[in-house]
Amino acid sequence: MSGAAITAGRVRSGGLRRPSIARERRWALWGSYIALVVFAIGFLIPPYFELVTALKTSQEIGSGRNPWFDAHPYLGNFIEIIENPAFQTFFLNTVKVTIVVVAITLVMAILAAYALARMRFFGSQAFATGVFLTYLVPESLLFIPLFKVLAFLHLINNTWCLALIWPTLSVPFCTWIMIGYFSSIPKELDEAAMIDGASHLQMLWKIFIPVALPGIIAATIFAFTVCWGDFLYPLAYLFTGKEMVLTAGIVSDLIHGDVLDWGHIMAANIVASAPPVIIYAFLMDYYIAGLTAGATKG
Amino acid sequence: MAQVTLRKVSKSYDQHVQAVKAVDLDIADEEFVVLVGPSGCGKTTTLRMIAGLEEISDGEISIGGELVNDVPPRDRDIAMVFQNYALYPHMTVFDNMAFGLKLRRFPKDEIKRRVDEAARILDIGTLLARKPKALSGGQRQRVAMGRAIVRHPKVFLFDEPLSNLDAKLRVQMRTEIKKVHQAVRTTTVYVTHDQVEAMTLADRVVVMNHGVIEQVGPPQELYHNPVTRFVAGFIGSPAMNFLPCRLEAVGNQLMLRLTDTLRLPVPPARVDRYSSYKDREAVLGIRPEHLTELKEQPKPNVVRFDAHLDVTEPMGMEIMVHFRIDGTALCGRVDPSTHAEAGETLPMSADLNHMHLIDADTGRVI
Repeated sequence: MSGAAITAGRVRSGGLRRPSIARERRWALWGSYIALVVFAIGFLIPPYFELVTALKTSQEIGSGRNPWFDAHPYLGNFIEIIENPAFQTFFLNTVKVTIVVVAITLVMAILAAYALARMRFFGSQAFATGVFLTYLVPESLLFIPLFKVLAFLHLINNTWCLALIWPTLSVPFCTWIMIGYFSSIPKELDEAAMIDGASHLQMLWKIFIPVALPGIIAATIFAFTVCWGDFLYPLAYLFTGKEMVLTAGIVSDLIHGDVLDWGHIMAANIVASAPPVIIYAFLMDYYIAGLTAGATKG
Repeated sequence: MAQVTLRKVSKSYDQHVQAVKAVDLDIADEEFVVLVGPSGCGKTTTLRMIAGLEEISDGEISIGGELVNDVPPRDRDIAMVFQNYALYPHMTVFDNMAFGLKLRRFPKDEIKRRVDEAARILDIGTLLARKPKALSGGQRQRVAMGRAIVRHPKVFLFDEPLSNLDAKLRVQMRTEIKKVHQAVRTTTVYVTHDQVEAMTLADRVVVMNHGVIEQVGPPQELYHNPVTRFVAGFIGSPAMNFLPCRLEAVGNQLMLRLTDTLRLPVPPARVDRYSSYKDREAVLGIRPEHLTELKEQPKPNVVRFDAHLDVTEPMGMEIMVHFRIDGTALCGRVDPSTHAEAGETLPMSADLNHMHLIDADTGRVI
């Protein structure tokens, strides 16, 4: 053992504890782990409960025995829900409207963000702030006036009314994400393209969109999630099963009178949440890269 | 033929800040002109106005005889190399270089021929399939130059292209740029704050300060015959020494009175030039290489003085010595064989054949 180590030992035994980087790091790690485990348990309990319930028969659910565990998983709820024509209609409606809304959102957000981030014009800053402020107005305040608008357009109880309404939720935030991403692209890149002979549209298409792909993927995921998971607008504007989407359809059409068919509802929830989960799992890295763009000097 | 002409070109921001003030400049076809000056002197703004990336507030810019004030950058037939390379990160080296040609709808085989030719000149033929992130700083700068070369533009514009490189690579790339200009005789405007870069590259150097051109001329002329105190101090490293002095007549001779005890005789050949400044305050300018150790056989107009050395800096081929005269810090260059040590007194000589006398009020060299 070296002399230095012995000296250090004596100092420690003498009660003079110096702060050590290793010790501080260890405590920080412990703190992080504890916090993460608490949060992970908190967030995973509902989907776990959902899964366990979906794997039980109605009799098992009604018996009130251990709700957290199922010794004999039953897949009947899943099979029945996937074969259920009403559920299939909800799913298809959701897919159709979501794809259209995501496409509308991307076109609008990319064009708006490019203009606001790069084309300096009078009021561009105020516009950029305005775009974000519209995102802060909650759905619950908007759905009544929007009902009047949709009624005027004769779009109540029409799935496609959501293609008009959902962009109000997705476009502002996606524009904001894209403004941040476009702003993080060095100005010299567009100047080089400008000198190379590119028009604004060519610059956007050939330089900005490929370079900002992580941001665009983040915006896509966000728009997809907002549409796929929205509950209030479909519940307020759609009444019949033919026009319903998943969120509102599952809770309205799978309840027969006062009977809550928990097994089917839970299985439907799990099937309905599968697409966002799969998309997140594959594109998580892009999503994080997109949301944090411009936070530090690249 | 691509001359670049600037006539009374000005740039103001918000009516208050005038970055460039009525600049007049004629750049000949195939000439390599370097704009040099300290930060904020307006050199980059001038370059960007030539490129069309900044609108001009006043004046006229012509390229190849055509007025381009309102012509967008893409139609000016120029190519620009940026300080941070500005390579398109998602494209390969080939695509980066071919981008401008593709936008101009050149045939594929012509694009390939031009890219291959530029790659040969710049020695980047093996890098064509790589993306910019897989290249070193020097390689990226070559690609940026290649992107400019393939276009065969009327004018090359360089905006501090070597500032991001380390010292060794900078020297290497400086030579490369000179070679490229010798191979591709295109009119070039190059901006830098590094006066060594300016001196080594330029056919003519344009020294700018506070938005105006202080002097335009070949590097040697700027070094030996600066017209203002700013140019005299900016060009040359270490910088020229400046000493406040007073011109006095002693008989039919003029003397530079530096202190009560130190008077230097003005060389007879310059007496006529300086005589109107008799009994006036002026500034003596003398370069470090003209303050040297005392030689055994002094030449005419070389005066001896003793310097108490504050600091010495051995550089290998010479020693820089720092000392003071009447509180003014001075720098001299002595032979490495000289015994120059800080704290000691060294007999030195000032070669007044190369002195400059500067009007203390106007800052102009007399």
